[in-house]
Amino acid sequence: MQITSTPHTSGLKEAFLRHFEKLPRSSEAVQLIRQEAMNRFEQLGLPTSKNEEYRYTPISRALEKNFSADEATPAYLLSQESKETIRQQLPKNLPANILVFVNGQWIEDLSSIVTPSENLVIKPFSQALSENPDLIEAYFSRQADFRQDAFVALNTALAEEGLFVYVPLGKVVEEPILAYFITDTTQGKVMTQARNLYIAGENSQLTVVESFSSLGSLPAYQNVVTEVVLAQHATVHYQKLQTDGGQAYHTGTTQVLQTAQSLFNATTISLAGAMIRNNLNIALDAEHCEAHMYGLYALDRKTHVDNHTIVDHRQPNCFSNELYKGIMDDQSRGVFNGKIYVRPGAQKTNAFQSNKNILLTDEASVDTKPQLEIWADDVKCSHGATTGQIDPEQLFYLRTRGLSMKQARALLLKAFASDVIQHIKVEPLKEQIGQMIVTRLEKDM
Amino acid sequence: MLIIKNLKASVEDNEILKGINLEVKAGEIHAIMGPNGSGKSTLASVLAGKEDFTVTEGSVEFLGNDLLEMEPEERAREGIFLAFQYPVEIPGVSVTNFLKTAMNQIRQHRGHDPLDAVSFLKLMKEKMKLVEIDPSLISRALNEGFSGGEKKRNEIFQMAMLEPKLAILDETDSGLDIDALRIVANGVNKLKSSDNATIVVTHYQRLLDYIIPDYVHVLYNGQIVKSGTKELAMELEEKGYDWIKEIVSTPAV
Repeated sequence: MQITSTPHTSGLKEAFLRHFEKLPRSSEAVQLIRQEAMNRFEQLGLPTSKNEEYRYTPISRALEKNFSADEATPAYLLSQESKETIRQQLPKNLPANILVFVNGQWIEDLSSIVTPSENLVIKPFSQALSENPDLIEAYFSRQADFRQDAFVALNTALAEEGLFVYVPLGKVVEEPILAYFITDTTQGKVMTQARNLYIAGENSQLTVVESFSSLGSLPAYQNVVTEVVLAQHATVHYQKLQTDGGQAYHTGTTQVLQTAQSLFNATTISLAGAMIRNNLNIALDAEHCEAHMYGLYALDRKTHVDNHTIVDHRQPNCFSNELYKGIMDDQSRGVFNGKIYVRPGAQKTNAFQSNKNILLTDEASVDTKPQLEIWADDVKCSHGATTGQIDPEQLFYLRTRGLSMKQARALLLKAFASDVIQHIKVEPLKEQIGQMIVTRLEKDM
Repeated sequence: MLIIKNLKASVEDNEILKGINLEVKAGEIHAIMGPNGSGKSTLASVLAGKEDFTVTEGSVEFLGNDLLEMEPEERAREGIFLAFQYPVEIPGVSVTNFLKTAMNQIRQHRGHDPLDAVSFLKLMKEKMKLVEIDPSLISRALNEGFSGGEKKRNEIFQMAMLEPKLAILDETDSGLDIDALRIVANGVNKLKSSDNATIVVTHYQRLLDYIIPDYVHVLYNGQIVKSGTKELAMELEEKGYDWIKEIVSTPAV
């Protein structure tokens, strides 16, 4: 392992700054934000382990070790071979809107939109910048605060592509949106920035799945920011699936703003990768909002997954519920940090949080930290965290009925995971994820 | 079918079974009675293969094979079934789902093809009726939120499904009201055949009004101190376990 005595040794930060200078300029309003974000990134730099928020996840060190300045300025053309590989991995015969991004580029050939345009505005972010300036100016960079986080700042300054979604008033989008963010390292290491914006109009409904994976075996880094805005009575089912290869690095922030009587469901599943940091921040900004956050990290080898969540109860009578579960094999490492803020005046808040972990080996570990800050007095809040092994009594019971050790363990872990997986709203994906976990469990034992 | 010879077992250096001798033949029902702490449940657990106990001496032969050499699942596949005193709750695993896996494991071991979904359902319906179990129970998670009686009935239901050669009922009567007891006993009696055998472990004689044993053994301080027929159970009920303690403490002539 590389030990550094100075905070910055690699040229990544400088390379990002140089890359920014070369980017085409956006509209004046957006350019102003980008410039400000870049300035902020320059001040902050990549977070070191001295930064409390990144104490358990040395992502900057990993990036500096695995990437060089060259990758900060991407140059890439999707090969026919990679395109075919990706095409085969996409779901077939599924009534869904599929958008594919490879190394930060939207791949039109692989994408297909099935929902009529009067029900759904869906396009690559770059197109929205020019075609929907009003929505962009109203919502871009309004939620995800680049002043607080260097990776959000970096993304805000540099991201050129991603997914833009707008659901007009009263529209229920039946077909899910499946957004694939794929890194292709068959031509070299890759660093990408994706920027997504989902706007759910009043009384609308939307299901979005962000799926992250990679091709090739070289290191890849994705830095993603997703902003979600829910107008009154809107419902958004949001899923983030990470099935990346063992050389994938990820930092992502999903920033959600909920207004009155809206419902937001988030399900975050992390199965593989080198080092992953997910921030899920939800602001309940009006009365009678409801937010559910489910998370599963089922990890092996040396995969490191860090989930930071913030639920900000700003107004009275809202409900939030959070359940994150971990199954840790080999030398994998999990981090869970769940913040719940209940602002003064946010009376009658109900906020629940639970983090449960099963360690399959002595070398796997989890750091879990609930942080509740409550300024209102008439609230119901609870949190709990457990970390342990598979219950030997349960194992024995199943074995006395004829199940092998392997089957009994797989059955118990599958049941443990199903509390989270069942919240994936797209049936074939739910099955696929369930199957991936079972295959993993049966292989490992 | 089952031959236990001088079986000694301990947990953390504490000897609990101190030389058990017992032979069970096909078609027989044996009752093992004894006061709390006599080692009844330990004997049941050791036979099922619980790893918390260390067998320090003796042997157990089941259908000609060394039972103590087998993993719990091998014992189950060979035909041992333990109805637990306290069945563990397993959230997220439905009774149906788990039973199907269990059943097909056992069938495979015995050289049968796995049951298809239709036959499995049919069999389940049949056995549910036999043990008078509420059909809604089997779609729920295994034992989760079940009442004491439901848990015990679910054990007997599993036994009916898996058709063991030797069933060991560990205090199946504890926590059951008289109606539930009758239903459980009925189930056991209906499943009885000349090919299988049952060991009923109980503290009270009450269950034996419904499941008539061929033999009754009294376990005390890790040993079988008295064996007899159904009359022994009656005598025990009448005189209480203190009677046994007296017998044991009286030096042999």
